[in-house]
Amino acid sequence: MVAALLVPIHLFLYGLAFPLGWLKAPGYESTLALVRLPFTRVYLFVLCALPLFHWAHRFRYTLCDGLQIKHLNELINLFCYGGAIGGTAVAGYLLWNIP
Amino acid sequence: MREAPAYTEYHPKWHRIRTSTYWWLGQRAYLKFILRELSSLAVAFFVVITLLHIRALTQGPEAYAEFEAWLRAPLLIALNVVSFCFVLFHAITWFNLAPKALAVRLGGKRMPDFVITALNYVVWLAVSAGVAWFVLGG
Amino acid sequence: MAKTITLEVARYRPERDTTPVFQNYEVPFRKDWVILDALNYIKDQADGSLSFRWSCRMGICGSCGMMVDGAPKLACATFLSDYAPGPVRVEPLRNFPVVRDLVIEMTDFMVKLERVKPWIIRKDDKPLSEGEFLQNPEQLDTYRQFSMCINCMLCYAACPVYGLDPLFSGPAAIALAQRYNLDSRDQGSKERLDILSGHEGIWGCTFVGECTEVCPKKVDPAGAIQQYKLTAAKEWFKSFLMPWGKR
Repeated sequence: MVAALLVPIHLFLYGLAFPLGWLKAPGYESTLALVRLPFTRVYLFVLCALPLFHWAHRFRYTLCDGLQIKHLNELINLFCYGGAIGGTAVAGYLLWNIP
Repeated sequence: MREAPAYTEYHPKWHRIRTSTYWWLGQRAYLKFILRELSSLAVAFFVVITLLHIRALTQGPEAYAEFEAWLRAPLLIALNVVSFCFVLFHAITWFNLAPKALAVRLGGKRMPDFVITALNYVVWLAVSAGVAWFVLGG
Repeated sequence: MAKTITLEVARYRPERDTTPVFQNYEVPFRKDWVILDALNYIKDQADGSLSFRWSCRMGICGSCGMMVDGAPKLACATFLSDYAPGPVRVEPLRNFPVVRDLVIEMTDFMVKLERVKPWIIRKDDKPLSEGEFLQNPEQLDTYRQFSMCINCMLCYAACPVYGLDPLFSGPAAIALAQRYNLDSRDQGSKERLDILSGHEGIWGCTFVGECTEVCPKKVDPAGAIQQYKLTAAKEWFKSFLMPWGKR
């Protein structure tokens, strides 16, 4: 749900509009100030954690069903859910340690 | 997991066709389904980029400027365009499927599907506008 | 309009074939003919050895499910004119073992259907003197769509998960379980949830949605399964957030 509602606009702004100069990118200072706010940190954490688990769940089923490699089930689970947990941990660490 | 389930008796003359690994190429609907599921990769890609972005932010203005320059590289732009298309596809298919899973009944009559879908789109637009306003310095 | 149309029918005679082969038949092309009419013409006039199931010829018994040009359809409800000028490929229903020609073995479905207990389960039986269970139209409406299933198994042919994992319960079985869960007279949802909450139950489904597309009775099994998933998830949360509730 989070992925469907929020990721498109974020990707559009930060991945396309700002790098390609369609819209004026906020400068380093203002972005940093924005990210420092506790609200932004929680928001960004949720924005990263939930889609990661969404990916983990869907990709696991895609690998198992699509490529029929069910016998590698444990490995796939480890890769998908482990990756999601790892990514969430990284996100938490980064967002905690903003100067 | 490979043996046939016990309740269909094994009969040597019954012909069983094993589903091919390329079953998803057999029909357009299946291909659309697999693409929809693969859009989750684009979502994961977005998370990775965001995490790198935050990391660059914490490393100081020069690292951030370097990161922004890296984002402008043609390969990254191409990847972002592809990802954005997939993420849009993901959102649209999600909103179209939502009413099936959420059978909302209002006073005994089931709400027609397009109402739930439309509501989702409205929320999506509102949220996107809100985020854009916030980021662009509202 | 052409006078005839070619049907490519999959033949499998276990006593002499090791794999199915295709045999072509020319059948008259009548505007009002369906695949079933063509097959009966073949059996009467061209090749009496062709085997296939059919009964009501009007889309209510669920016997004549087969693959027409790669899509699961009821033979009695698929017009030849939609496939003009042909040829039309007719094969037995996908994902089931083939017994002979167009006849498939459906024990797997029958067993799975029985496992979900598709009947009214009561913890307490009302004595006959108290009369019947009453149900108003709104209560009927909650499950009516799912009760329309004719057990034709087209949804099983369309479901890739069923093709990949023979242990998956499948769309029709779960839709029928949901039909009874939503029935106001039924008290067995807990029992069915225990049966279906495993991987071979509702969680094997990845919402491809093809089952709903091919259903001739508009049962929407995909919707039933997703609604059931939401219910199961809620129950799961309730069970460990409020474990003291009556199990």
